[in-house]
Amino acid sequence: MRINATSVMVDDQQKALRFYTETLGFQLKHNIPLGEHSWITVVSEEAPEGTELVLEPDAHPAARPFKKALVEDGIPFTGFAVDDVNAEYERLVASGVRFVQPPTDLGPVITAVLDDTCGNLIQIMEEKGQP
Amino acid sequence: MDIYRAIADPTRRAILDELVDRSGQTLFELCARLIMKHGIGSSRQAISQHLDVLEAAGLIRTRREGRSKLHWFEGAPLKGIGERWPISTDQDKSQDRNASPDPHSSHSTDEDIEQ
Repeated sequence: MRINATSVMVDDQQKALRFYTETLGFQLKHNIPLGEHSWITVVSEEAPEGTELVLEPDAHPAARPFKKALVEDGIPFTGFAVDDVNAEYERLVASGVRFVQPPTDLGPVITAVLDDTCGNLIQIMEEKGQP
Repeated sequence: MDIYRAIADPTRRAILDELVDRSGQTLFELCARLIMKHGIGSSRQAISQHLDVLEAAGLIRTRREGRSKLHWFEGAPLKGIGERWPISTDQDKSQDRNASPDPHSSHSTDEDIEQ
């Protein structure tokens, strides 16, 4: 058993595809129309054969209240590993990304939390002492 | 809620410390800082209740930014403490030193009272 995909629930798949590729820098892997919605996944440029992130529609009626409650308390829906949180923060802020938490040193990790514009907060995390 | 009860709790004092370190934090960020920097592993719900107490005492303010609720430290209520018990002047301090050269002696007096 392998974890080959994980998902983030987005309010608009096309907007999400633009944000996750053009702004965050992931690569489109699959974009398969399935009726009203599509099966859209992106991967990291650093690991194109690695875990896929599914940009899943948040169409279920329970999804939006759940997402809203997470955002209200600043809780990230998911998180990504980066080599340098501060560098990513500078790069993304310059691209107009809004952060609810700037890079914060928490001892073994440095984290920051950004708004994905699709109804989610996303944490980026750098483990200290990692290459 | 009076401020003395609000700041009597060590977790609430740690919350204020972290909000002084950075203004405008979400509940998530505060909880992360409390567990990682202070070893305080209370639930989000418990921290949320501490925040309610601090807000009722006027020691924090909240504001929405986008769809997130952010928290700020508000020091104004603490002003009353310094006015009620003015901080001693340098002259007072030197008199204190003359009266008790051992800085620990006053502490042991406190312990005597508690016993």
